[in-house]
Amino acid sequence: MIRTKLILELGFKRYLVPPVKRAVMMTGNTAAAWAARLAEVDYIPAYPITPQTEIIEKLAEWIANGEMKAKLTILESEHSMLTAAGTGALSGARVFTATSSQGLLYAYEMLYNVAGWRAPIVLVNVSRAVAAPITLEPDHNDFLSTRDSGFILLHAETCQEVLDLILIAYRVSEDYRVLLPSIVNMDGFHISFTREPVILPEIEEVRRFLPRYNYVNPFRAGKHSAKGVTVLRPPLYSFYKYQMHFSSLNAVKVFKEACSEFEEHFARRYDVVEKYMLDDAEYAIVMMGSFSTIGKKAVRIFREEGFSVGLLKIRMVRPFPKEDIREALKNKKGVIVIDQNISPGFGGILYGEICSALYGFRDRPPLILSVIGGVGGKTLTIDEIRYVFEYLLDCERSGKEPRPILLFREDELEEVKSLLKVGFGGDVFQL
Amino acid sequence: MEMSSNSRYRSIKDLLSEDYVVAGTPLCSGCGAILTLRIFHKILGGNVVWVNAAGCVTLMVNYPFTPLKSSWMYTAMACAPAGAQGIRDALDILMEKGRIPVDQDLKVAVITGDGAAYDIGLQSSSGAIYRGLDFYYLCYDNEAYGNTGFQFSSATPLGSRTATSPPTPLNPEGYKKKKKDLFEIWRAHKPPYLATISPSHPLDIARKIEKAEKYRGPKLFIAISPCPPGWGFETMETVRMARLAVETGIWPLKEAIYGEVKHTYIPRKLKPVEEYLKTQARFRHLFYPVKNAEIIQTIQGEIEEYWREVYRRELGENI
Repeated sequence: MIRTKLILELGFKRYLVPPVKRAVMMTGNTAAAWAARLAEVDYIPAYPITPQTEIIEKLAEWIANGEMKAKLTILESEHSMLTAAGTGALSGARVFTATSSQGLLYAYEMLYNVAGWRAPIVLVNVSRAVAAPITLEPDHNDFLSTRDSGFILLHAETCQEVLDLILIAYRVSEDYRVLLPSIVNMDGFHISFTREPVILPEIEEVRRFLPRYNYVNPFRAGKHSAKGVTVLRPPLYSFYKYQMHFSSLNAVKVFKEACSEFEEHFARRYDVVEKYMLDDAEYAIVMMGSFSTIGKKAVRIFREEGFSVGLLKIRMVRPFPKEDIREALKNKKGVIVIDQNISPGFGGILYGEICSALYGFRDRPPLILSVIGGVGGKTLTIDEIRYVFEYLLDCERSGKEPRPILLFREDELEEVKSLLKVGFGGDVFQL
Repeated sequence: MEMSSNSRYRSIKDLLSEDYVVAGTPLCSGCGAILTLRIFHKILGGNVVWVNAAGCVTLMVNYPFTPLKSSWMYTAMACAPAGAQGIRDALDILMEKGRIPVDQDLKVAVITGDGAAYDIGLQSSSGAIYRGLDFYYLCYDNEAYGNTGFQFSSATPLGSRTATSPPTPLNPEGYKKKKKDLFEIWRAHKPPYLATISPSHPLDIARKIEKAEKYRGPKLFIAISPCPPGWGFETMETVRMARLAVETGIWPLKEAIYGEVKHTYIPRKLKPVEEYLKTQARFRHLFYPVKNAEIIQTIQGEIEEYWREVYRRELGENI
């Protein structure tokens, strides 16, 4: 009772501090660098790749001028970078690293290893579409390709969320009920290079929220240990993998606990999903990442027009918070899942995940529409969201089975046509 | 043999200190790699973490057993030097921040086969050497992918039979390419210490590690590692094979300090390479059913050419 009162009072006091006062304009990349600095990471193995490079440039600058005490090593590839990150964490250092797209895929083998080593690093991935064709523009295929690796996967929508989720990720990853590495994802360009107001937490407050990393059995003189060793007995392999699975599932609860403490310290509230005007809504749009901001705007507009619609933003992708998703989408008349990725031969990855979370659930929505948009940096407009929403309503009225929609606007088609004309030396659509 | 007057290792008796690789491993009997590791580890001492890439030796540490009295970190095939980098960097920054006392520091050593060193891990080794990482690298070179059943690697010598270079009437010589010169590739990085070693010459190994220990930075060793099942010889012959490799001159014992090469054993008279080749099943097709004198002569010629240059450069003799 007293404790509750104290927390309320403390919380109240903190709320009194006007947060905008300390807000600084910065890019998502800079926010990520600030998070690493505030988490007082010991070790940063790095390798440059667009659009992530600004993060390590910032950290290199702070280390060079003495503002930050950490060891930064530029390796010769992301594969080596992630290896060093993992062994660094097993040696007792708090490790931060970052990459994008091709880099993440180049390190792919080590994602599984670092997770299997139970090395609680935090890796920031700045989403960028994967070659071929090679591009610099964002989508989520790189991030989502890691979903079976054992990493905890978190996706930020804003620059502030990038900073906050990195701090929370360390809490979750280093928790002994989890002890798995995390990826905090942000969208390339839309967040990485876009300046937004970000409130920088005080270092003392971060220290109170995030205690010093203390690994159980690091490599030390006089203490023998063997890590990453071969197992040749199949049941042993299964045993370790099941352990990783259960530890990952624990991360839902641990993340929620960390978020509620985070709120006490910093007065910002997070959860595994974010419900935007959703509770009383009849229809839901499911999205993740920076385009959720566009989705939220669409929701406000449709609400003004009299439609009962809300948005569910997926913040945690692994572990997949099935219970929260079921609860959020319970009894909705229809759901639109907008995927900013494409699994050729299947469709939208998030759509499949949402369907599997809802299948077998008694109160599941009868209509789930798969929409793919924003692949390879293609923009998403309110009109497109309106189009798919109207299609969903049409399916509901007519009883038609909804078919997946791959968004492509008239103006985009014209642009592609004119480029193909140059490429082929004639009107390819006439051939 | 170079008489190293200031060495603490004057005779083989000086090596009889503690063993850090104890009996009981699942590796093949007669394995040249584990023999080299045993000698190597005696000199290095117990406060070591070995960082390993996929290879035969990976199976030495098999949960829940390890023959090592030191620590072990298995990474993946291409990235053991990067794993060493992570451990070294972490220990360094934690000591710098005063979070761990300096007496908890460890030597960081990489151990890989030739597949990892010459092929898939060449990039990560080059990176680590270039960065001046303070570590040891022990490459046990059995001249093929031994653990997967003896397929050729870029360390395989001319004329060897491997599972992927079978001698046939169309391809009588077996492996057609020359062994990659990893020593020269590593030497181009000008590391503080680089050497070739052989388990047949334990004093040479001891003195080289003793010398290397004085340097901060990459300390690199390439060891000839006779492989009974792959090469095809009796398991008790391992040391004889390694000695023949040295005495025929096909495996020179040398070191390079900041890139300056010096041979630590210069045979006054080379044994004919035939003596080495004919004892191993991997070269059997060069002798049976008919002798392939041309290939044997090519191998012999290259060895002689190599040593002529050494005699000229290091002894001032023109032969």
